[in-house]
Amino acid sequence: MTEKLALVWPEVWLFITTCVVMVVGLSPDLRVRRLCGWIAGIGILVAIGAAVPVEHAGGLFPAITPYAKGMIGVVGLLLLPLLAGTVDRDLDAAIAAGKARFDALRANRAEFYAFFLFSLTGLMLTASADDLIWLFLALELTSLPTYIMVTISTRGTRSQEAGVKYFFLGALGAAIFLYGFALMYGATGTTNLAEIAAAFKAQAAAGGINPIGIAGVAVALVGFCFKIAAVPMHMYAADVYQGAASGVSAMLAFVPKAAGFLAIIFICGTVGWDHGPTYDALPAPIYILLWVIAVATMFTGNVLAVRQTSVKRMLAYSSVAHSGYMLVGVIVGPGPGGSFWNNGIAAVLFYLLSYGITNVGTFAVLASIQTDSGDEADEIADIRGLHATRPWLAGAMLLCVLSLLGLPPLVGFFAKVGLFTSAIAAGEIPLVIILGVNSAIAAFYYLRIARSAYLEPADESVSTGPTPVPQRAIAAVLSASLVVLLLVVAQPIVERSVTASGYSPPEVGLAQDGPAQTLTVADE
Amino acid sequence: MLVLLILLPLVFGAVVLLRPNAEARRWALLGTTLCLVIGAFLLGRFFTSEGGPMKGVGSFEWFPALGLSLSVGVDSVAVLLIALTLLLGPICVGASWTAIPESRARLFFGWLLVLQAAMVGVFAARDLVMFYTCFEFTLLPMFVLINEFGSTNRHKAATKFFLYTFTGSIIALAGLVYTAWAVGTRAVGVDGFTMDIATLTEHASRVLSLREQGFVLAAMLCGFAVKVPLFPLHTWLPLAHTEAPTAGSVILAGVLLKLGTYGIYRFVLPFVPVAVYEHAPAIAVLAIIGIIYAGLICWVQTDVKKLVAYSSVSHLGFCVLGLFALNSPGLTGGVLYMINHGLSTGALFLLIGFMYERYHTRDMRQIGGLGAKMPVWSTFMVFFVMASVGLPGLNGFISEFLCTMGAFVSHTPWTAGEAAQVGATWGPLGPWFGFAAGTGVIVAAIYLLTMTAKMVWGTLREPPDHADHDDDGPHLPVDLTAREIMTLAPIAALCVVFGLFPTQTLIDAVRTDINDQVAFVHQRVEEAATSAGEHLAAAEQTRTEAPGSAGNPAETVEPGVTP
Repeated sequence: MTEKLALVWPEVWLFITTCVVMVVGLSPDLRVRRLCGWIAGIGILVAIGAAVPVEHAGGLFPAITPYAKGMIGVVGLLLLPLLAGTVDRDLDAAIAAGKARFDALRANRAEFYAFFLFSLTGLMLTASADDLIWLFLALELTSLPTYIMVTISTRGTRSQEAGVKYFFLGALGAAIFLYGFALMYGATGTTNLAEIAAAFKAQAAAGGINPIGIAGVAVALVGFCFKIAAVPMHMYAADVYQGAASGVSAMLAFVPKAAGFLAIIFICGTVGWDHGPTYDALPAPIYILLWVIAVATMFTGNVLAVRQTSVKRMLAYSSVAHSGYMLVGVIVGPGPGGSFWNNGIAAVLFYLLSYGITNVGTFAVLASIQTDSGDEADEIADIRGLHATRPWLAGAMLLCVLSLLGLPPLVGFFAKVGLFTSAIAAGEIPLVIILGVNSAIAAFYYLRIARSAYLEPADESVSTGPTPVPQRAIAAVLSASLVVLLLVVAQPIVERSVTASGYSPPEVGLAQDGPAQTLTVADE
Repeated sequence: MLVLLILLPLVFGAVVLLRPNAEARRWALLGTTLCLVIGAFLLGRFFTSEGGPMKGVGSFEWFPALGLSLSVGVDSVAVLLIALTLLLGPICVGASWTAIPESRARLFFGWLLVLQAAMVGVFAARDLVMFYTCFEFTLLPMFVLINEFGSTNRHKAATKFFLYTFTGSIIALAGLVYTAWAVGTRAVGVDGFTMDIATLTEHASRVLSLREQGFVLAAMLCGFAVKVPLFPLHTWLPLAHTEAPTAGSVILAGVLLKLGTYGIYRFVLPFVPVAVYEHAPAIAVLAIIGIIYAGLICWVQTDVKKLVAYSSVSHLGFCVLGLFALNSPGLTGGVLYMINHGLSTGALFLLIGFMYERYHTRDMRQIGGLGAKMPVWSTFMVFFVMASVGLPGLNGFISEFLCTMGAFVSHTPWTAGEAAQVGATWGPLGPWFGFAAGTGVIVAAIYLLTMTAKMVWGTLREPPDHADHDDDGPHLPVDLTAREIMTLAPIAALCVVFGLFPTQTLIDAVRTDINDQVAFVHQRVEEAATSAGEHLAAAEQTRTEAPGSAGNPAETVEPGVTP
């Protein structure tokens, strides 16, 4: 128990911060209330500090927590300025003008930051999960706050619609993967991931994994598709991203996705990547399922994105497509290890970081622009001519979008090449070709965004006011500079992603004597 | 030194972006001229210093964990192409001096300098990832230049250009990475990827089975053939050329298209020689279709810029044909074509740009007979058309001749002495290929001379609404200014020098490297044919004329090119 506690110190710090933020945010004094963001930032920094030194965590992926939690913390820190000013802006203005009095019941700031931190806590807990129940609770803790954040993020009915949609589909997704977990438990008699892996291994050695177990894994993976917005559970993405405030959309594109991918990696880790007929691969039903999902997700996301006129919907569908790319890395698995180039899991982990940062950048640019109607920028016309009025934002948009596209020498290129090479090393040539074709389709709409922001003159009909919340522009520029900076300092990060992807499957034969012995295996 | 040539334009690009618009063109001129001076120094050192085939080698570890490094080094072919790039640098700046409105000069000249850095990076790269990074990054500056400074249909042209080449390049990346993986795991044994181009060249053809070579060839051609462009992947080019600003067209024709042929020379031939040998006839047929088909399209063009654009498709067909002839004259011709086409077609685009700046039309039905009004312009026009047609004594002739001859004699050993030695056939192409390509020369003469006749001779025709000096823009005299002549004169001088002394200048410079390359390809094909390996034996069966039966053809590889 104490070892586990050592593992979750970052989450503990985040939770303490959450409690502080909840109280501070209710202060009648605006200056105190404004501290919420700063306190949250300090909390995340402390959590990163607590997460990175952890060296050995046990379980199937013993080294994944420092990298995953560090990544979560960094992207969380970028999201924080982006989320600034999402709620309570009108209320504060009204109070300042003397039209209203502060009412703790009507103010949302405390809840908003607290929910954000709760969600990050859940995400970090997902990274340290070694048990199905833990995993389920962590995933729910990640998602539940986001339902509320979507709903309260703007005052419009669109946000409410998005929140309701997101909640119902989220509940459906959770039910599906919980059902899968139940089946896995039924097939193995344990909820501990390492023990499940050992049991599956013993079953495989004895003639084949229990079909109920395979079905459980498959059902769980389909449920996770909701978290990562993959086909067939991608429908909500465009509506929800568009309905929520840009800051919350950016969060939705990273936090649940990261949680989903961590969960997918853990669940795939229970069956292992050593089942293929000719090379190491997932068991055939799981392999086929993921293959179909990946391909369908890539095509659906990219093709639908091409047809959008709203930048937010475009980014939502592109986020769907990126999930498809990353699934390629999951299908490939950790490979023989050693190098980044043939390690699909390391590629996914690096891709998540690169995607998280660039994604914050794009949404932050949108969030920094206010149209005449007082809304955040959404339509492509809203960002047209950005270079003339706000060159820094236009530059940030250009860098982030090109990195999402995977244009060398930006960081997105190296992330994508990691997926490319690992898939080639595993012999997945068709997937590589499909990935390439999809990158090319994606070029079409990313170029449209880049061109509108960076090159075209502004539309006469659309005029934009000054940046409502300067912190958001800072988030945009910060993300864009990280996109460039990561090129210089990628070496240690790539090394860490390789370490983090270290997969320690249980030894064959040890599981047959019962769970007690496998526990020691897991702990070693 | 090479790194300096990559970094210096970037530094000046940053300076241009940070300084006011009014100074942009001066800084750009200073930067490109400085690079040209350094480049001239480098060229001099390259051909006087001793050492291995690769010179100016430098390397700096980037991601050691990934085996990535920024390593540079050039052989004679690369150094010549770098020299071409650097030469066109100040010329492009000079040509855009008045064409680019001052209010947007920073954007234009900044990206122009970035583009130059990327192009030099492509030719100087000795690391696959660095090559690909630069290769791909050339798209972005060019996209901006076309999209922002092109003519009416520029958005469509820029998007089409980007999408075509990006799609092709991604598939080429798959092929290149596959090769890197195969070499890394099978030959070097590092359990991963090898990105060093020299190592890849050494092992690739040995570790890839024939089937794999076929796929890798197809994948790489997807990227490089789009760039060249080879029929039927050429459709982006006329649009991009027509819409691009003058400097953009010059860079596009002069250097960017050569990235494709350079890729073929540097990667396709040595990586997958067996597949190249097997499929060369098919590719050559595509090249010849391109030569003739694009030539016929040129004939009926009314837009003079589009005509020159299509003529690039036609001309580069010769270049590809020469490269796939797999013998010394063919490869020499292909490499020379890269240089000479860059000079003469670049100059034609400059001339059309200067004319367009004055008349704002490129329609030959509206404009013509300029000989009387613009004698200097017309002189240059006729001169460069002659160079482009391939008039002996000017630079276009020698490369066109060598490419065609390379294809013609491809199936026979090159010199009589060798014929006695070997007494057998070797190469993949034959006389019919040379013959068919030769008809393209006639077509080229037809369309280029027709164009010249309309534009230069005859009665003067001007657009109806044209009156001299009615522009809002800068005041331009009727004929070329000293600045414009300055941009054309060096190209013209080089055309004459390369035309009169091809052997002493270009051919001698590249002879050793070309012969090594040809020898390498021949040796690997022989090896594959004689090897006892399973897949290679199968490969031998599929070839109609197995080189294994060719006696002692390893000796065929020391031909001297002395036309």
